[in-house]
Amino acid sequence: MHQTRTRPLLLALSAATLLGGWFSLNSGSVPVAVWDAIQHPQTLNAQVLWELRLPRTLTAFITGALLGIAGTLMQVLLRNPLADPYILGVSGGASVGALFAILAGAGTLLLQSSAFAGALFSTLLVFSLAHGRGNWDTTRLLLTGVVLAAGWGALISLLLVTSPGTRVQGMLFWLMGDLSSATMPLAGSLVLILIAPLAFFLSASLNLLAGGELKAASLGVAIGRLRLIIYILASLATATAVTQAGNVGFIGLIAPHMLRLAGARDHRLLVPGVILLGGTLLLIADALSRMVLAPRQLPVGILTALLGVPLFLYLLYRSGRTQDA
Amino acid sequence: MPELLPLLKCTGLDIDIGNVVVTRGLEFTIESGQCWCVLGRNGIGKTTLLHTLAGLRASRSGSIELNATPLYQLSRRKVAQKLGILLQHQEDNFPATVAETVLQGRHPHLHSWQWESAEDHCIAMQAIARLGLSGYEARNIQTLSGGERQRVSIATLLAQETELLLLDEPTNHLDLHHRLQVLETLVSHGRQTNRAVLMVLHDINLAARFADHVLLLLGDGESHLGKKEQILETTALERLYGHPLTRIETPHGPAWLPQ
Repeated sequence: MHQTRTRPLLLALSAATLLGGWFSLNSGSVPVAVWDAIQHPQTLNAQVLWELRLPRTLTAFITGALLGIAGTLMQVLLRNPLADPYILGVSGGASVGALFAILAGAGTLLLQSSAFAGALFSTLLVFSLAHGRGNWDTTRLLLTGVVLAAGWGALISLLLVTSPGTRVQGMLFWLMGDLSSATMPLAGSLVLILIAPLAFFLSASLNLLAGGELKAASLGVAIGRLRLIIYILASLATATAVTQAGNVGFIGLIAPHMLRLAGARDHRLLVPGVILLGGTLLLIADALSRMVLAPRQLPVGILTALLGVPLFLYLLYRSGRTQDA
Repeated sequence: MPELLPLLKCTGLDIDIGNVVVTRGLEFTIESGQCWCVLGRNGIGKTTLLHTLAGLRASRSGSIELNATPLYQLSRRKVAQKLGILLQHQEDNFPATVAETVLQGRHPHLHSWQWESAEDHCIAMQAIARLGLSGYEARNIQTLSGGERQRVSIATLLAQETELLLLDEPTNHLDLHHRLQVLETLVSHGRQTNRAVLMVLHDINLAARFADHVLLLLGDGESHLGKKEQILETTALERLYGHPLTRIETPHGPAWLPQ
């Protein structure tokens, strides 16, 4: 019964993903005829396609998909529609790690390792502090995460104002989310392949948890275990996304809400949907970030926020009106 | 007479919440087809007792058996297949329709990868109809009135199809007509189908009308329980609520009015 209703939405999203991917491969400062490049693999065009555009397009999709999943999971875990992947400070830890690496003049690999280590450290810190002496309620988790995120924010500002000017631009690009140094996202693909089926497997329980922990427990969900798994999956997804692309804003917040407003309230539909929608939104934003001021490139985070803010405000405004009616 | 089976059996149950002692050495057995009512003042631990019996929180000591198996040995899913609980508060942070919410009652009977079958939809729609919510299927639960939301919760519980129902103030937010209709649906229909009910109420007269067994929580771990006729008498109820009462006889049995 449900399946028949879900198919059109997922088909439409898949089509949008393919179109977005095609758009992304075709756009940039150099015009590349994609078909031509595929047929003549020795040309410069082919090199641009295979070594720059394709890795970047894939990274954008995987980052967006991971942020979409992480946002959905955090919103259910905290039962707060305004939660996003960064709310518990994972990205703050990653940012501090990344900024230190940039300050030290590290290469991409070291920068990514440092960012991932920072994200992991922040995740463990929030978890152990919020866990306290065994009780792990939502408010406590949220407060611990938000306060720690504020602490990371202060450290980031400190690093920015004390760093030499030559490094600051690189830091700002990273903080705003930037895909310009994207390489083939092997680790990211593995994480997505691991997390996506697990999140889908949990989706029926997510439906219940959205209605409260006691209700979920009364309907047969082992709450303690579920919370822990959600926290780990959301943190891993966020850490991977941030490591690949810096702090790309708004995708994790608005992608789940756009789907909910389109009728995908059931997480068995929302989870696969948010992978496609989050990935596609970032693909398109990234393609635009290469085009708007070409040949200059903008950090993709500026585009997601510029597109995301009005879109999100519009959705909030619309949902406010339908609830009054 | 249908054969009576012990559905839920408590032995030596000690329950605390913070510094409040709720029960000490509580022993009782709920058999199929019975309706128990828990009465007590605010904050005496009625909800805590219900949550403990449902396995949602741990007791200090003592044992609870569901169908002769200790509760702690059963997975949450197995418990939810046999025991349903109506909670006092709902968290509606995300939009969902009435139909989707009631359908969630089928969750304990499905595997994680399974979608609801046509039969599950049929069960949910019947529950919706029995609570007088037909026509509300597509309504967002966030836009319902308190009484309507309460009936959606009860419909979800009915869709769960459990042998034992624990009800925390089922008549909350309901008007006079719906109070009687809901209790009629839950209790009288339950008796016919051998389902057992344990409910927390604040209305002595509804308790007298629907329950066959009563459990009084008096504070400091003290409790009285037994058949309704033995437990519901004026002195005990005056002591329970700390308020003088007048007993009157009605065609449906005794009733109590506050003086």
